[in-house]
Amino acid sequence: MSLIARVKVRHHDFALDVALDVDPGQTVAILGPNGAGKTTLLRALSGLIEIEGRVELAGQVLEDSATRLRVPTEERHVGLVFQDHVLFPHLSVLDNVAFGLQAQGRPGAKKIALGWLERAGLADKASSMPRELSGGQAQRVALLRTLATEPRLLLLDEPLSALDVTIRAEVRRELSRQLASFGGVRLIVTHDPLEAIALADRLVVLEGGRVVQSGTPEEVTARPRSRFVADLAGVNLLRGKAHGDRVALASGASIAAPDAGEGDVFAVIHPRAVALYLSRPEGTPRNVWQGQVEDIDLHGDRVRVRVTSPVPLVAEVTPAAVRELRLQAGGAVWVAFKATEVSVYPA
Amino acid sequence: MSGTRVPAALVALAGLGLLFFLLPLAGLLVRAPWDQAVAGITAPETVTALGLSLFCSLAATVVSLVLGIPLALVLAKTSGSLRNVMRALTTLPMVLPPVVGGVALLLAFGRRGLVGSLLDQAFGIQIPFTTAAAVMAETFVAMPFLVIAVEGGLRSLDPRYEEAARALGARGWMVFARVTLPLLRPAIFSGAVLCWARALGEFGATITFAGNFPGRTQTVPVAVYVALETRPDSAIILSLILLAVSLAILVGLRDRWLGTP
Repeated sequence: MSLIARVKVRHHDFALDVALDVDPGQTVAILGPNGAGKTTLLRALSGLIEIEGRVELAGQVLEDSATRLRVPTEERHVGLVFQDHVLFPHLSVLDNVAFGLQAQGRPGAKKIALGWLERAGLADKASSMPRELSGGQAQRVALLRTLATEPRLLLLDEPLSALDVTIRAEVRRELSRQLASFGGVRLIVTHDPLEAIALADRLVVLEGGRVVQSGTPEEVTARPRSRFVADLAGVNLLRGKAHGDRVALASGASIAAPDAGEGDVFAVIHPRAVALYLSRPEGTPRNVWQGQVEDIDLHGDRVRVRVTSPVPLVAEVTPAAVRELRLQAGGAVWVAFKATEVSVYPA
Repeated sequence: MSGTRVPAALVALAGLGLLFFLLPLAGLLVRAPWDQAVAGITAPETVTALGLSLFCSLAATVVSLVLGIPLALVLAKTSGSLRNVMRALTTLPMVLPPVVGGVALLLAFGRRGLVGSLLDQAFGIQIPFTTAAAVMAETFVAMPFLVIAVEGGLRSLDPRYEEAARALGARGWMVFARVTLPLLRPAIFSGAVLCWARALGEFGATITFAGNFPGRTQTVPVAVYVALETRPDSAIILSLILLAVSLAILVGLRDRWLGTP
C-alpha cells in the first residue's frame, strides 16, 4: 500500500510541483512555512482539486492527467483530517464517527463507531454534540471519524495547530499511538518542527511549491538546505562558493573552513560555537567580525543573541554571559567561531 | 451611532418618514369596525377567502421549496455568465410588477398560450382562473425570496463540511441529505417564511392570471380589493388579519431581519 505521486497544480501565480514516494506503514511529515503549498498538496491527493500528473495508491491509479483518469474523492478511500476538526455540527459524536461507515454501507455502523469511541475512552461523549466538546476532544473524534472508515491513505492537515498548547502534547501522544496502529500510508502536514519530528519517520520540506529537502529528521536537521530548516534546527546556515579553505559568501565576506572543497556549498555553524566578545579576541579563531546586537531572546536557560555583522549570526550564550558583556540590542559586539566548528556540504 | 449627533434637520426628515409608515397603520386601526370584528372574521366569505389564501400560499411555499432549493444549489455552484443569466431570471419576478407577471403567465399558460395551448389540446387541461393558477401566480412571485435566502446560506456555508463528507466516502445524495440540507436549515426556514409571507400577500399576478372567483381563486388580498367597493368594513377586517400575520412574521424573524435587537 505505497503512495507514488507526482503532483503539479497551477493556481494563479502559485505553482506546486511535488514528487512523493511513501512506503506503507511510514509516516511522512510535509513541513514548510505558510504558503508553501502543503494544504494544496493534501487537497490534490484527496481529489478535491484537479492536478496535472499522476497519483497511485496501493497499485491503483487514482488520477492520471495523461489518460484523463480521475477517481472522485468519495471513491478514493483516503482519510482527510482537517486543522480544526470540521465535525458535522448537527450530528452527535456517535453519528459523526458512524457517518463514513454509513456512507460505505457497512451494517452495524453505529455499533462499530461506538467501539472506536470506547477504545479511545470517549464512549461517554457518544451522545454529545460537537459544540459540547473541548478542542482536544473534538480533534480526537475527528481522527476517529476518519480512522473508522479504514482509509488506505491518511492525510492530516496541521491536526494539532488549532489546539491549546497545554493539551497539544496530550493529543500528540494519542495521535502518535493511533498512527502507529494504522497500517496505511500516513502523511501529516505541519509547520511545527516538534510535531514533525515527534510523529514522522521521514520529513519532506516544502518551500514555494517545491521539495527543497527530504530524509529522516536527523538527516534533514543535520544538513539544512534552506533557511526554514536551519531556523527549525536552530543553526546558522550560510551559502556561498568554496575554494580551498575558504567559503566566499554573497555578501562579500568570507569564512575560514578547513577542506571546504570547491563550488556551491552550504556552511552550518551551531549557535553554541559562536562566541561573543566586547573587544577583538586574541588567539586562534580565524573567523572574527565586529557587529551589532540585533535582538536578544531567552530560551529556557540559554540566550540566543542575533548579531548583524558582515556574516549574520546567532550566538547561544548563558544569561550570565549576557550580564557580563552587558549585551543589549543595538550595542557593539565582536563575534567569533573556530574554523573547525564549520560543517560544509555541497549545495 | 454613539458619539456623532445626527443633525436636527435629518432627525426631522426621519420623523416624517416614520410618520408616513405609521399613519396608514393608525388609519386602519382607528377606522376598524371593532364591534363587528368577530362577526366579520367568522363571515362565510371571509372564512372561505382565508382558507383559500392559507392553502394557496402554503402550496406555493411547498412548490418553491421543491424547485427553489435545487435552483439555489445550482446557482451557488455555478459561476460565470451562465450564473448571471440564471440569477437574473430568478430574481426578475422580484422587481417585475406583479400584474406584468400575471400577464406573462397568461401568455405562457393561457388557453392560447405557449404551453397552455399544448396542454389544452393534448390533455384538455386549462390552467387560468383555477386554484392551480392562483398557486402558480403566488409561486412565480414568491419563489425568488426563497432562492435568494438559500443561496445566501449556501455561500456562507464552510465548504469543508461537504469536503469532509466526501472524503468519508459520501456520494452526492448523501452529502446533500445528511450534510448540506441540515446545515442550511436556518436559511431554508427564513427563506420559506419570507416566501410564504410574499405568497400570502400576492395580488396583482393572482387577479390577472387566476381572476376573482370566490372559493376558487379569491384569496384574501383579492377579496380586500373587491370588498372595498361594496363592503368597506369587511375589507378593513381582512386587511387587519393580513397586518396581524405580517407583524407576527416580523416579530418571529426579527433576529434574522433586523440584526441584533
